[in-house]
Amino acid sequence: MTPSPDQESVEDFRARARAWIRANLAPLVTNEKTGVMRARLTDAEELAEVAREREIQRMLFDAGLAGICFPRVYGGQGLTPAHQRAFNEEITGYEYPARIQAPTFSPCAAVLLEFGTDEQKLRHLPAILRGDEIWMQFLSEPSSGSDVAGVLTSAVRDGDDWILNGSKIWTTGAWWSDWALCLARTNWDAPKHRGLTVFILPIRQDGVDVQRIEMLNGNKEFCQEFLTDVRVPDSDRVGEVDDGWTVGTRWMFHERMLHNSPFVTVPAGWSYGGVDATFLVDVARDAGRLDDPRTRELIGEGRVIDLVREALQGRIGRGIASRRMPDQSAAIGRLFAGLSSTRVTSMAFEIAGSAGAAWASDDGSVAECGNDFLLRQTTCIGGGTTEIARNVISERVLGMPREVAMDRDRAFRDVPRGGSGR
Amino acid sequence: MLLELSPDQEVLREATARFLADRVPADVVRGLRTNAAGFEPGYWRDGAELGWTSLLVGEEHGGGSVSGTGLVDLTLVAHEFGLRSAPGPLTSTNVVAATLAEAGGAHPAQASALGELLAGTAVASWCLGGPPPLDRLGSTGVSYRVEGDGLVLRGVARPVEAAGQADHLLVTAHGELGLTQVLVSPGATGGTGATGGTGDPGHAGLAGLAIEPLRTVELNRRFATVRFDDVHVGLDQVVGAVGEAADQVERQLQRAIVISGAEAVGAMQAAFELTVRWAFERYSYGRPLASYQALKHRFADLKTWLEAAHAISDAAAAAVDARSPEAAELVSAAKSYIGDNGTELLQECVQLHGGIGVTYEHDLHLFLRRGTVNRAMYGTPAEHRQRVAGLIEHRKEQE
Repeated sequence: MTPSPDQESVEDFRARARAWIRANLAPLVTNEKTGVMRARLTDAEELAEVAREREIQRMLFDAGLAGICFPRVYGGQGLTPAHQRAFNEEITGYEYPARIQAPTFSPCAAVLLEFGTDEQKLRHLPAILRGDEIWMQFLSEPSSGSDVAGVLTSAVRDGDDWILNGSKIWTTGAWWSDWALCLARTNWDAPKHRGLTVFILPIRQDGVDVQRIEMLNGNKEFCQEFLTDVRVPDSDRVGEVDDGWTVGTRWMFHERMLHNSPFVTVPAGWSYGGVDATFLVDVARDAGRLDDPRTRELIGEGRVIDLVREALQGRIGRGIASRRMPDQSAAIGRLFAGLSSTRVTSMAFEIAGSAGAAWASDDGSVAECGNDFLLRQTTCIGGGTTEIARNVISERVLGMPREVAMDRDRAFRDVPRGGSGR
Repeated sequence: MLLELSPDQEVLREATARFLADRVPADVVRGLRTNAAGFEPGYWRDGAELGWTSLLVGEEHGGGSVSGTGLVDLTLVAHEFGLRSAPGPLTSTNVVAATLAEAGGAHPAQASALGELLAGTAVASWCLGGPPPLDRLGSTGVSYRVEGDGLVLRGVARPVEAAGQADHLLVTAHGELGLTQVLVSPGATGGTGATGGTGDPGHAGLAGLAIEPLRTVELNRRFATVRFDDVHVGLDQVVGAVGEAADQVERQLQRAIVISGAEAVGAMQAAFELTVRWAFERYSYGRPLASYQALKHRFADLKTWLEAAHAISDAAAAAVDARSPEAAELVSAAKSYIGDNGTELLQECVQLHGGIGVTYEHDLHLFLRRGTVNRAMYGTPAEHRQRVAGLIEHRKEQE
């Protein structure tokens, strides 16, 4: 994106963003959102936070700070990734609409921007930027996680409409969301990747049954949806019929770009809900181990990981933007983020000592480190597993031979399938 | 290394790459094992003409960067050094030159030393660290006391890169007035150094000074123990002011870690490329190594470490160059990350090669050596993690 002469400079934009943020947003209470998917809110509190995030998004929109890299015609600011980075730095330490970033802005809005019709973009992108629409990705299915193109949800043509049936899973917060980007199978006689089509549909409608999934720590934000004869007009199809994987490839790219996407606000130094790994200092203090050399080394390592991850995401973002790195390099950032996050979770658990097993509610930062540890692997699973990231890096970035696949060049209906479980 | 270079930076990088390819191909690097100095004086002089020793020195002192960010420019040179495991005291000479320039060259001897470093007719060493228990990050084994109108140095510094080849030693010494740095010429009464130094053990020309070579994992880098047995120096040899060298030393440490880290990343890059090539060419059970998922996934991890090492190396260089408040943290992050993951990557490359990877004939060890030295010098990864912990704890207290 070449800056036009009349474009607001990054420094002017930064100053404007800073002034607005300080005047309008509440500073974060330190570490209130630390941890891995902690079950910290009642449903009523969760809904109140969602409402507040929609409100903040609306305020950003009214202040000319929403959709920094979205075109102006769709209500965005038409600015550059450098402006978004400045915004990320300025919003660090303040409340921000965390739930609306992913998957709403990326991958969903990013995919719409790339493949949507003018009508679809004009209808949805401004609504997204105003906080009126929160989106989910209807992508994973109970029978296909990593093998994301192996979807069984079917879409059958019926006049000007399509009829969708099937089940989607691992949507975070579908119970309070509005719209979904959905990958469905439209051709069972074509090979796996060539019989898919992408649709958009409202979540709150008859025929979409949203069930919440209880995670091992009691968190109920993940959902599973059951689609029964859901009618979708052909005008809500994204991309060509049976060419959904062209969209899907970019969809995966935008998903892996999360921490680096120009469409997403991520506070600088982000790792745990807006809190960086210096929270290990708090854990160590409350565990009475701040003077222990081994603990101090772990605290240092946590910060090193944060700094390296930030530098790496910046390098990948610049590399992809300047075409010096292939798009698939986004998988490098995804792999690093997963591994580094699990490492820091383990370190907090380690530092917490016996409080990692049992704690009192007034124990401070050591509380819940044990539950975080139990959920440690989620950051290597959600958003595409680290195993798939390793396949992508070795095959698409390094050009190594592809894995043998049993589902190529045969009708998808003939591809062997195991039982379906989550 | 940076992904996008300015045209001037690319000229510098390209000139260095060509020069090194021509002058120090792998067989020459191997041959330097038996060269007492580890490099040929003419090689260093010609390299200096390409700008190797000028980048951290302001134009008013005869130096000059190519981009306005001299340390970033220097990492491009260092990266090329790492790619070929090239000889020459790039880190110590540049670190000393930068400090001399910043101290202003108030004394004629210091100004003339700087001129020699810029011209490549002399190289410099930095005497920091000491024997155990002073082998700790930032420790110095040398102390000073004020006596008459000068200082007297006493103690032991080690390991000191290129001490046996250096015409100028920058000595970091502790004493009651605070950290102090002095510039000493070991050959004050006789020539050594790039103009014909041998690195022979024994006493140098300067009374009370002894330089004893150490054994090292490097083929073409020399290290030594430098002993100060009541070495008398004049106040005109003090770089800056007595007792006020703490900031100088911190800057030197940051620069040294940035330069040697960029070199280590070059070594990682070269070893990684060598190993990827090997994975495509080597067949087992009728298929290339690159087709095995167990190995592909390890290559994916290595690629991630490599890109992360590039990224943190560049981030640290930019921060030190800009004197950013985050510089100390980023430098320690770079040292910790590149130190650990660099040597792990290099050892993984050995493992992926099998037995050939630990032979002298194969090039892999050239890079393994450089990564290994980088990890061990200027503080271990663990020490730097502790340093980072102290920095963030301090910051949290201030919030």
